Amino acid sequence: MTSLPSPAPGAKKLGLVIDLDTCVGCHACATNCKEWNTSGHMAPLPDQHPYSAAQEGVWFNRVHAYEAGDGDEGRTVHFPRSCLHCETPACVTVCPTGASYKRAEDGIVLVNTDMCIGCQLCAWACPYGARELDEDQGVMKKCTLCVDRIYNETIPEDRRVPACVSTCPANARHFGDLGDPNSDVSKLVAERGGYELMPEMGYQPVNRYLPPRKASSQVKTAPKEAGPLPSQITNPLLRWMDKVLSR
Amino acid sequence: MKPAPSIIFFTVASGAGYGLLFWLGLLKPLGLLPASTLFGATAAIIALVLIAAGLCSSLLHLGRPERAWRALSQWRSSWLSREGVGAILTFIPATILLIALAHDEASLILPAGLLSALGAAVTVYCTGMIYASLKPVKEWHHPMVAPGYLLFGSFSGAALLAALAVFWGGGFFPAVAAAALGLAALFFKRAYWQSVDTTPASSTRESATGLGFIGTVRPLESPHTESNYLLREMAFRVARVHAMKLRSIALLLGFALPALLLCGAAILGGGIAMAMASLAALGAILGLLVERWLIFAEATHTVALYYPTPR
Repeated sequence: MTSLPSPAPGAKKLGLVIDLDTCVGCHACATNCKEWNTSGHMAPLPDQHPYSAAQEGVWFNRVHAYEAGDGDEGRTVHFPRSCLHCETPACVTVCPTGASYKRAEDGIVLVNTDMCIGCQLCAWACPYGARELDEDQGVMKKCTLCVDRIYNETIPEDRRVPACVSTCPANARHFGDLGDPNSDVSKLVAERGGYELMPEMGYQPVNRYLPPRKASSQVKTAPKEAGPLPSQITNPLLRWMDKVLSR
Repeated sequence: MKPAPSIIFFTVASGAGYGLLFWLGLLKPLGLLPASTLFGATAAIIALVLIAAGLCSSLLHLGRPERAWRALSQWRSSWLSREGVGAILTFIPATILLIALAHDEASLILPAGLLSALGAAVTVYCTGMIYASLKPVKEWHHPMVAPGYLLFGSFSGAALLAALAVFWGGGFFPAVAAAALGLAALFFKRAYWQSVDTTPASSTRESATGLGFIGTVRPLESPHTESNYLLREMAFRVARVHAMKLRSIALLLGFALPALLLCGAAILGGGIAMAMASLAALGAILGLLVERWLIFAEATHTVALYYPTPR
């Protein structure tokens, strides 16, 4: 059923919070995502021409880099992009087969690859480019929020987080229930002014991005020339040279 | 957006087929078309063949065509599913209309014709709404897109009907109707292009990344060195340089020239009218193929905002 589930009061809204201040653009999240998911719920994530020119493949997470602003205010920002598990995802409602669905219990958006006909309308409907065609199988693939990790009881409880979150060396990715205002991720979003992408589209993404912090005021002014004052130079020869060179 | 030949052929062929079915179902009971049973049957068969060929072509766009039947299930939410259901259901009155026309069953022609016309209009409207409902593509998420599919389908269908009717010596009314629709389509398409060209996109790199509070956002590095599905499918930019020339070709070949020829065919008669009306129908179909190619090639998707603008 591609009609959206009516959200039960208090239902979980699982999602990611991505800290653009600390992301270093190492692509570890994208790599570990590919590694986990090529044998996970949406497996495989195929590659085309992996060992020759024009190699490409299906990835659920892609790390962009942008320059924002100019001069002293300018920043380089690394920007991981993946499915935002929207509250009103048009990728689900446009699906003609019922293969795309949003889970009522936790809000995760998934594809049943046994029912997908590969019409690609969901990819057109997603403003964020979260859905990619598996050209080997002819079906659509997307981020599962590692549904096969986060509920996996064979994994130690503290590691039941999406693969991208578990691997981030800069702790720039956080996972949790954004429907609960008292969860750690909700508090983090409130504290740091986390925002959603393209709010004007009206898809109501669940994932939040934390903005880069403002550069500290010390960085803005050039460091002063450090060094001894002429009166502090005790060696007579060096004092004479300083005098000559300072003319 | 990448212009997929299978979808371009589908929407033009099925659009013309449904347009032909619409006018046949509406005008035949009113007695505005040639009375010959052979004419009626021929027109209905051509409509059904165009519709079926288009629908078969649309299956070529699917990654798993053998599962296409599943697309009929989600009509509650999906315009694509509604289009499929509409297309299947329309075959029922359309087939009855064909049989009624072939046997000249006047009592059946009226209800089957009206139901066929209704089914054709609903199905083409659903096709238009597939595109008009997609917010990430500003050229499609536009109030003139779904009415445009209806207008262009009814125009090309009327041109086909006129071209057929002149061969049975009764082409005056469909030729006049098609010429008027062609003129309407010409001004409608011009107004649409003027509107999309002057409407700024609601989304920008700044809103796509949320970094606008720092300043202008410029892509620095792509996530990958090679292309990918998203870029090939939704950041198609080839031949946009020729878009203005192609727009003129679509307007002149697709709408203006057929409208003129159909006026001529309505006034004149005999062999010259047959040639003019046939050329008009051919021009309408060719022009609409160009128009439909542009619908895709000129459409921009918000996912392209995340990537550098190709030079």
